[in-house]
Amino acid sequence: MKVSLFIPCFVDLFYPQVGKAIVRTLEALGQQVVCPPGPACCGQPAFNTGYWDESRAVAVRMLEALKDAEVVVIASGSCGAMMKVFYPELFAGTPFEPLARELAPKCYEFSSFLVNKLGVTDLGARFPHRVTFHDGCHGLRELHNKRPPRELLARVQGLELVEMGEAETCCGFGGTFSAKFPMISTAMGDVKCGSALDTGAEYIVSCDSSCLMHLQGLIDRQRKPIKTIHLAEILCPP
Amino acid sequence: MSAPSLQFKEDARRLSADLRHRRIIQTAMGKYEVVRDQRQAAFQDWQAARQLAADTKWEAVNHLDRYLEELVRKLEARGTRVHWASTGQQAREAVLGILRDRQAKVVVKSKAMTAEEIHLNEAMEHAGYEVVESDLGEFIVQLREEPPYHIVFPAMHLTRDDIKEVFQRKLKDAPSSDPEELTMVARRVLREKYLQADVGITGANFAIAETGMISVTENEGNARLTAALPRTMITVVGIEKVLPRMADLALFLPMLAGMGTGQTITCYNTLYGGPRQPGESDGPEEYHVVLLDNQRTALLADPEQRDALRCIRCGACLNVCPIFRNVGGHTYGTTYCGPIGAVITPNLRGVQEWSHLSYASSLCGACTETCPVKIDLHHHLLQNRRNSTQCKPSWWQKLAFKAFAPVANKPGLWAMVTRLGRVGQVFHGLVKGTRFDPAYAWTKTRDLPPIARQSFREWWRNRA
Repeated sequence: MKVSLFIPCFVDLFYPQVGKAIVRTLEALGQQVVCPPGPACCGQPAFNTGYWDESRAVAVRMLEALKDAEVVVIASGSCGAMMKVFYPELFAGTPFEPLARELAPKCYEFSSFLVNKLGVTDLGARFPHRVTFHDGCHGLRELHNKRPPRELLARVQGLELVEMGEAETCCGFGGTFSAKFPMISTAMGDVKCGSALDTGAEYIVSCDSSCLMHLQGLIDRQRKPIKTIHLAEILCPP
Repeated sequence: MSAPSLQFKEDARRLSADLRHRRIIQTAMGKYEVVRDQRQAAFQDWQAARQLAADTKWEAVNHLDRYLEELVRKLEARGTRVHWASTGQQAREAVLGILRDRQAKVVVKSKAMTAEEIHLNEAMEHAGYEVVESDLGEFIVQLREEPPYHIVFPAMHLTRDDIKEVFQRKLKDAPSSDPEELTMVARRVLREKYLQADVGITGANFAIAETGMISVTENEGNARLTAALPRTMITVVGIEKVLPRMADLALFLPMLAGMGTGQTITCYNTLYGGPRQPGESDGPEEYHVVLLDNQRTALLADPEQRDALRCIRCGACLNVCPIFRNVGGHTYGTTYCGPIGAVITPNLRGVQEWSHLSYASSLCGACTETCPVKIDLHHHLLQNRRNSTQCKPSWWQKLAFKAFAPVANKPGLWAMVTRLGRVGQVFHGLVKGTRFDPAYAWTKTRDLPPIARQSFREWWRNRA
């Protein structure tokens, strides 16, 4: 299958290893990976802040870049939700609405693509650590992506998944929310980290680097004994 | 920034760092979640029940004209006086008019968020009436001279020691911080007030069009005493509380109890059909129902957010909201707090002043997921943000997003900005975490990862 891969802006800049891990994982499964020249961002920051015109200015380029794609894999549940769920709303009543509606069913968050589209759960990966999984809210509640990452983790050799009490509670990132209301965002992150630490896990795993950027930022500042890692980094072949 | 917005930011900053507050709320909510889940599991199919509840309220809301007329006709047929109030002012005047006519001195009240919404207590006290809240939680916050903290649990932010302290200070009576003893103190005070009161005021959980009845749900029996002892009874009810049929209560009463407090059913569920009828031995001499619009019809006219009128005020969205849990109910500065408050307050009280509540959300969607009547809460927050920027954009944010679009769209520009970012972050070290840091909102509490030496896009280009 020809897979059009979208690597969101912050993954591009801060976590290129996540993008590389996705490429390697998909290629190891025999997929042909392409990165169509398009925008670096899905337009979510402007959309979530209420500036829908400015968001469309970016999103429309994305629609054009991906209009011939067979299937689109997105390295983030949040950006995935933007493209799959919110583009049709953003472009409702505009000439681009049909393109947005065509794109939506072709979009998959990485873990959901592996499990739901390819039907793969065992990638032969090995990660001998105790981990806990953080559900990014958009992946969980907009894309209903609760099962796939856990099915993938269950097949990783040596990995022990311990669910935390607050697995489904927002970590407090929330895009521009984290800068508009930093103290609330930080308090939410503290609750999340506390819950993760209670499991005794060495790693917080997630499908969303944005949540992990926020959590790792708190962990580093407070020197907490836990690390964050994207699911793809665990699954990718060495 | 509007005054409510500044107040929100300041209170949110203070309370989100208050670990004692966080612990009290987390403990209370942890217990709630366990019993709520048990109640949901008791439904044969909880998702089907939610859909039925949403459909039933949707029918009522979409045919509000018809159901309200039916309700009023049937209420009046048994001698109830109905007062239509378009605004809070009209509702207050209707109530004050009744108090004057009945030459009342003491008013006893059971819990009513509509009364909070129209600031009825202040109006009555200002006019010289003594007003006593009879719901235990409301009684406590009234003594503390503060508004309810939560729409279902008005005093959930207080410990038993806090309550003992206010009882000692205001009632000069609090033998210990034992909940039972404290309740007995409140009971002694309140029993006197029921007997003195000339008028009793209640809210309503549902208004049944088919039979012309007001349904009140409670746990302490205080609403029944408020309704039964004074000679005059007044119910202040929002027009969206109408349910078409009596049989609908079979779903809504257990649903409200389960989601609101985690009970199978609340201890007392009473239907009020009118004043004392000839031959009856009890009930008030006069029964007045004040039907409150107060911008609800404006919300009804909004096809995008009309579903917010389905709300049964169970408080479930507050309970699961990580923002509410960290900043608490008072921080919102509104009658209705939490997600539902953030959705409806800009509609009810003005987009300009209240849109900050819609931004104070990570859009996690826990509220929408839990709402028993399936209000699309977190998507409405997004729409409120859009409405707010259309109404009054922030010029610098608009400019920033406008400038960002070509950078994101043009690979050459993006590559250049990536390189510039690497240079910039060398100097960032000098101001990092200080007031001069442009990323201070982030770096005050969090580290920021460095831009990678080779971005993904650079790697991909080299690879090809």
